[in-house]
Amino acid sequence: MMALSHPLTMILLSPLVAALVIMLVPRRSLLAVRLIAAVATSAALVLSVGLCYLYLSEGRRGLQFADRADWVVGPGISYFVAADGVSLSLVLLTALVIFCGVFASWTVVYRTKEFYCLLLLLVTGVFGVFIAQDLFFFFLFYEVAVLPMYLLIGIWGTGPKEYSAMKLTLYLLVGSAFMLVGILGMYFAAILPAGQGRTFDLTVLTKASYAHNFQVIAFFLLYLGFGILAGIWPLHTWSPDGHASAPTAVSMLHAGVLMKLGAYGVLRVGFGCLPAGAQSWVWLVGAIAVINIGYGAYVAMGQRDLKYVIAYSSVSHMGLVMLGLAAFNEVAMNGAVLQMFSHGIMTGLFFALVGLVYEKSHTRDIEAMGGLARRMPGIALAFTIGGLASFGLPGTSGFVAELLVFLGTFRAHVHSYLIWGVPLFPILAVGAVIAIVVTATYVLRVLQRVFHGPMDEAKYGEVPDAHTTEWVTLVVLGGLLVVIGVYPSPLTNLIGSSLGPLLRP
Amino acid sequence: MAQAMRQLTPELLTLGAALLVILLDLIQARGNRKWLGWLSGAAAALIVAATAAKWGELERPVALWGGVMVLDRLGLIFKAIFLLGVAVAAVGSVDFASHRFRHVGEYYGLLFFSALGMMLMASAGDLLTLYLGLELATLSLYVLTSYAKASPRSGEAGLKYVILGATASAIYLYGASLIYGSVGTTLFAAVAQRLSWEGFGPGLAVGGLFVLAAFAFKIAAVPFHMWAPDVYQGAPTPVTGFLSTASKAAGFAALMRVLLGPMLGAASGWVVFVVALSGLSMIVGNLLALAQRDIKRMLAYSGVAQAGYALVGLAATSTLGTLATVFFLFQYLFTNLGAFLVATIVGSSAGDDQITSYHGLSRRNPGLALCLLLLLLSLGGIPPLAGFWGKLFLFWAGVRSGLYGLVLIGVLASVLSLYYYLMVARAMYIEPVAGREPVRLQVPAMIAVVVCVLVVVGLIYPGWLIELAHTAAVAFM
Repeated sequence: MMALSHPLTMILLSPLVAALVIMLVPRRSLLAVRLIAAVATSAALVLSVGLCYLYLSEGRRGLQFADRADWVVGPGISYFVAADGVSLSLVLLTALVIFCGVFASWTVVYRTKEFYCLLLLLVTGVFGVFIAQDLFFFFLFYEVAVLPMYLLIGIWGTGPKEYSAMKLTLYLLVGSAFMLVGILGMYFAAILPAGQGRTFDLTVLTKASYAHNFQVIAFFLLYLGFGILAGIWPLHTWSPDGHASAPTAVSMLHAGVLMKLGAYGVLRVGFGCLPAGAQSWVWLVGAIAVINIGYGAYVAMGQRDLKYVIAYSSVSHMGLVMLGLAAFNEVAMNGAVLQMFSHGIMTGLFFALVGLVYEKSHTRDIEAMGGLARRMPGIALAFTIGGLASFGLPGTSGFVAELLVFLGTFRAHVHSYLIWGVPLFPILAVGAVIAIVVTATYVLRVLQRVFHGPMDEAKYGEVPDAHTTEWVTLVVLGGLLVVIGVYPSPLTNLIGSSLGPLLRP
Repeated sequence: MAQAMRQLTPELLTLGAALLVILLDLIQARGNRKWLGWLSGAAAALIVAATAAKWGELERPVALWGGVMVLDRLGLIFKAIFLLGVAVAAVGSVDFASHRFRHVGEYYGLLFFSALGMMLMASAGDLLTLYLGLELATLSLYVLTSYAKASPRSGEAGLKYVILGATASAIYLYGASLIYGSVGTTLFAAVAQRLSWEGFGPGLAVGGLFVLAAFAFKIAAVPFHMWAPDVYQGAPTPVTGFLSTASKAAGFAALMRVLLGPMLGAASGWVVFVVALSGLSMIVGNLLALAQRDIKRMLAYSGVAQAGYALVGLAATSTLGTLATVFFLFQYLFTNLGAFLVATIVGSSAGDDQITSYHGLSRRNPGLALCLLLLLLSLGGIPPLAGFWGKLFLFWAGVRSGLYGLVLIGVLASVLSLYYYLMVARAMYIEPVAGREPVRLQVPAMIAVVVCVLVVVGLIYPGWLIELAHTAAVAFM
């Protein structure tokens, strides 16, 4: 009964409770640890699928499934969780990626217990950010989502793991300092209706009005703070290092979900509460987004380490998300959120695959591999699907998302930001489309070098394909990329139903 | 008289406990006297309860003996902080004291005497009462600092502390005499009245600044922090823990009594100095902590920085600022004392306090490592732990009072501080074990650490303490 009357709180608690239970399990019973994690994440997955279904089938709109309790009365802090279509789609994404992440980490044997504890703690934070409707708790969950990363990369990572872990942590904490200043600023500067005390309630802060100059400053601070996590150029350098050093499941979560926290924050807090401030910065957000797309793809092309290719492709794809947001109209933003979802699934799949390839062939060097498709056809097929989605082939989820972003961007802000009479945003759209060609180049290069061409029989003759639990990730994530590509309307409806209220003129 | 004595129950009980422990020590002159530590802890906890029982009676402040002492709710919270410090430190040093010290009873007795001095400071209504409290507290602490007689470091630390502490006392007395000279009274209430009639003369201004400097020494704020790293490093570790938390809180209690009491009318004059102390402490403390290899020195510099954060609340000169400072000091007691007790356990086992001794602690003693991790994250102000709420309310108070620059320094300094807290986390979790034995756990100290961690985690829900601090701050301002 509890689960049904407080579904979002249950989603939030299931990984947290699992983490606490795992702490009590004896160190040697690895299977018990993994099963507890699997059960908890499946519960979260089932619940979030159920909520998405309810939301769509009952034609609900706006924030739903709210739970609220006062936390500190004086300053107006309350535990308030609720979800609209945008939140729900991202909760669903998180549940999917962590569910697959648990199976992708089935082979972690070094300090398994602590690994799963931290992983589940991190996911609690991620769920929390997506459903928190109190800015204070939003910030709190954000920190919970960021900090376990330090230990996860530092202990279970590979390569220069300590450097990467510290770099990532400090970058993201500087980001959160900017965020905190922006959030506190909004708390104090909001012009509230009479009789309403100061509050962190996001629904109140969204409806409140703010002085124009304040909006301009505060939006920039929030963009900077959240943007660091979303990997905006030139503050993205923590991300390739971090992703490449992290263990498989952590890379999946980090690139798949955590970077979305940044974009979600810009959307929900930045664009949602400070539209006028956003309006005066969209040129910068859009321009940097296009640099992200092009630069990320260009650098990905030059990498020899397979994991770095995927890491830079995330930088590039997050650019698409930010471009969609900068366009600031319903079509492009729908595309942006769909791109968050699609890229989350896609990059989760990629990192899982890279992990598998590395585990079996013991190398991530693209030049050293070749012809692996003959030995691991399943992995090669999944990689191909991911690759096609990556450059937006019709029939994959990437196509729908990119199409919406480009369509929306092309007609965005046509009367402002003129350069010699030509509006900026159509130019940006064209630039982004051209950058996609580069994406195709690096994806095809990787596919060709790793999975096709001549194979070194002596080295890779005995390499096996994926087996048992490893298939879970491949089938679920790979399948979804195609399913959404062919039949995107449930997801676009879910997202679209909630963008309206966010896009007040 | 009897009435006044009844009002002073917590103080009298503390005095009684101090004498009792010293007397009981005579019963068993040799052998391990661990029960004395447990007894002191229990006694301190009971006195906390007796202090809490006074809450209802003190709805409005009570002035004793013509205002020489002022009893109010703010004072009660501070007294609870000191006594909780005694309780945790006493239980935390049960094993340490019975192994390292020859005179065990006096050790606990001195802890109580020191707390008694701090309690006098927290309810002083007169410059001389304040001085008496200050001397009682610091004289006891001088002895405690040099208590490990076998260790030259401890003796050196004690000597440094005596010399510099005595200088600070002299500065205080000089300042107090200037104030007395210009207004003709030492009573806070009378000073405030004169100030409102006659305004702010040069004698009062210089005197006030000297008093401020003396307590800035006490709380180890930059540029009066030089003694802290050496004394913290040399003193027996549980004493360092007590010194860095309860004694710092006492300094703040005194600063509040003086600055927000008689000197409140002159706030425009002294705020700039408090802001400077605060900003410098946050910057210098955090920067110097980055380079430390010894955990006690690192925590000393981190303590300097923490004093800087707490000063933001004082600089705010508002009800919210007072509330924030009190809340911050309460959580800081448990956070920092807990961290020093972990250092006690690890240091006793490893023989030194280098951060390298913490390598692989998460494999050797996972529970201990987790406790220290949580305490350090709280010190770094990571939500949702207690330290985060402490800083949040401080910065909030700062913003409310328009101290934007100071709050910005505070926020950035907090990010910086995470680097060195995480270096310890790195040593515990990421560095390889290198074939070390598990740390020998001291059960009583471990219990004290767990209590600290429970408080730090429990303050995720800070509402009740905020309420208490709010009531006290409203009555005080």
